Amino acid sequence: MLATTLIRESETETDYSAKETQQAIATLTGVTKRYGATVALDGLNLALRPGEVVALLGPNGAGKSTAVRLLLGLIAPTSGIARVFGGDPQTPTTRLRVGAMLQVARIPETLRVREHLDLFRSYYPHPLPMAEIVRIAQLEGIEDRMFSALSGGQKQRVLFGLAMCGDPDLVFLDEPTVGMDIEARRGLWQQIRTLANRGKTVLLTTHYLEEADALAHRIIVINKGKIVSEGTPAEIKNASAGRKIRCRTRLTAELLDTLPGVVSVERSGEDVVVMSDRVEETVREMLRRDEMLSDLEIARPALEDAFLALTTKR
Amino acid sequence: MSIPSIAYPGPQSLGIGHIVEIFGKETKYEFLKLLRNRSFSLAVIAFPIMFYLLFGVTNRGANSSGIHMARYLLGGYACFGLVGAALFGIGVGLAGERAAGWLEVKRASPMPPAAYLFAKCMGAIVFGLIIVTALTVLAVTVGGVSLTAGELVKMFGISIVGSISFASMGFLLALLVPANAAPGIVNLIYLPMSFMSGLWMPIQYLPHWLQRIAPALPTYHLAQLMLHIFGYANQSSLASHWFGLAGFTMVMLGTSWLVFNRAQQNA
Repeated sequence: MLATTLIRESETETDYSAKETQQAIATLTGVTKRYGATVALDGLNLALRPGEVVALLGPNGAGKSTAVRLLLGLIAPTSGIARVFGGDPQTPTTRLRVGAMLQVARIPETLRVREHLDLFRSYYPHPLPMAEIVRIAQLEGIEDRMFSALSGGQKQRVLFGLAMCGDPDLVFLDEPTVGMDIEARRGLWQQIRTLANRGKTVLLTTHYLEEADALAHRIIVINKGKIVSEGTPAEIKNASAGRKIRCRTRLTAELLDTLPGVVSVERSGEDVVVMSDRVEETVREMLRRDEMLSDLEIARPALEDAFLALTTKR
Repeated sequence: MSIPSIAYPGPQSLGIGHIVEIFGKETKYEFLKLLRNRSFSLAVIAFPIMFYLLFGVTNRGANSSGIHMARYLLGGYACFGLVGAALFGIGVGLAGERAAGWLEVKRASPMPPAAYLFAKCMGAIVFGLIIVTALTVLAVTVGGVSLTAGELVKMFGISIVGSISFASMGFLLALLVPANAAPGIVNLIYLPMSFMSGLWMPIQYLPHWLQRIAPALPTYHLAQLMLHIFGYANQSSLASHWFGLAGFTMVMLGTSWLVFNRAQQNA
């Protein structure tokens, strides 16, 4: 598990640096969006380059869906510019190249899956073949079911299928795996990776931090309408409070606090958890001072911790 | 982040044949969706039929002050039915799709917005015609009503006009009314308006003060146009009813446009 993660991370990093030089296909430039007195987005800059998967992470109300809706031309910015394929996102020709999976409470329930797909395919001059959409969205066997007869995960897959109808170059996925079981979620992840391999660009918003970590070349953390942090999943993790050292030691919390690099110390009985941004120096010093130190573990904080640290810091 | 966006060649614009195909499919699926939604299709078709059987067919012998009840009520319940199909199909249906976020998915797609509105309108027209046909069959077979081919064609014509006209009211209601309150609000408007316009009983039987209010109601003008086919219209000129219905439609569409634009600006 660890090995595969490492390999994937190094791959995404090289991919990403290659992509950085390419032209952006979708941008938000200095975009502010106000709803009355509430500021949903505050001078946000965002650029999507061809073939990259970008995850937009943030707590509820951070402005993730607002950013997606601006790029889809469903709403207009209060100030700033939204551009997709060099044009206004509202224009029909732009929409032919964009696919969107939005958060929907209900879609017409008395139509069959096949009928929904048939209708959406008709919007495009060169749609993907029906069989291809059914395969990509994993709808085999449920094509003739009414939408009302589907499970939550199946409904999400239909929405994904609708987004794929026009074989879009740019795909927006707003919380795509909500309501899916683990197997279905992994299946969709695989499809998102396939999209990226085919040179498609994906902007993903998600509550599942694991999802951003597993899929994205680049993570943009936003909070209160502003970008808090931006980078590869590894960079985002490093941007937080360094490494976590866990061990059994006789050293007191007061003493540990004075060691080089130590950011915080938590002690429960013999066990301590020390956060350090210069982990090697800290550990060397700890081992020197306590030869009886045992059960040493050093971990990179999970993306979840990094994310919490980033969004609560400000 | 001042990355310049380059212009991308877009796919060629859609041909006429393709546009026609989109309108066709949108309409077909709108109709299928409504037909399979039993709470809609049963209610809007069964209520006018049930009322017509109860009040029209049972009174087929009644012939007071020159009015043949079964014949008058064929016109009345035809209007009642087609207005219901338009207000519930579009008013309630569109309000629900808007609230559920489905309209947004459609808007984000390259679907021409006109195709969506066209399909909703056609759904109302087709259901209106189904209701008018069903009532006519009942009237002729068990109601003792005789109709000429010309009268039948005119009935269908007025039915289509009425569906389009009340579709505009459906659009406005869908924009204004919260989805969960929509069925109740539509009923609160639709039922009293139908009664006061003489759709349930000859308007001559209503109290005089109600008869004086009736010309302010769009359903009254639609009913008069329909009843004119059977020779049961009031003395006022036919043109005034055409103006009344057209004016109502314009006001509904104009207000919808204003409301829609205001909502877009605030979005």
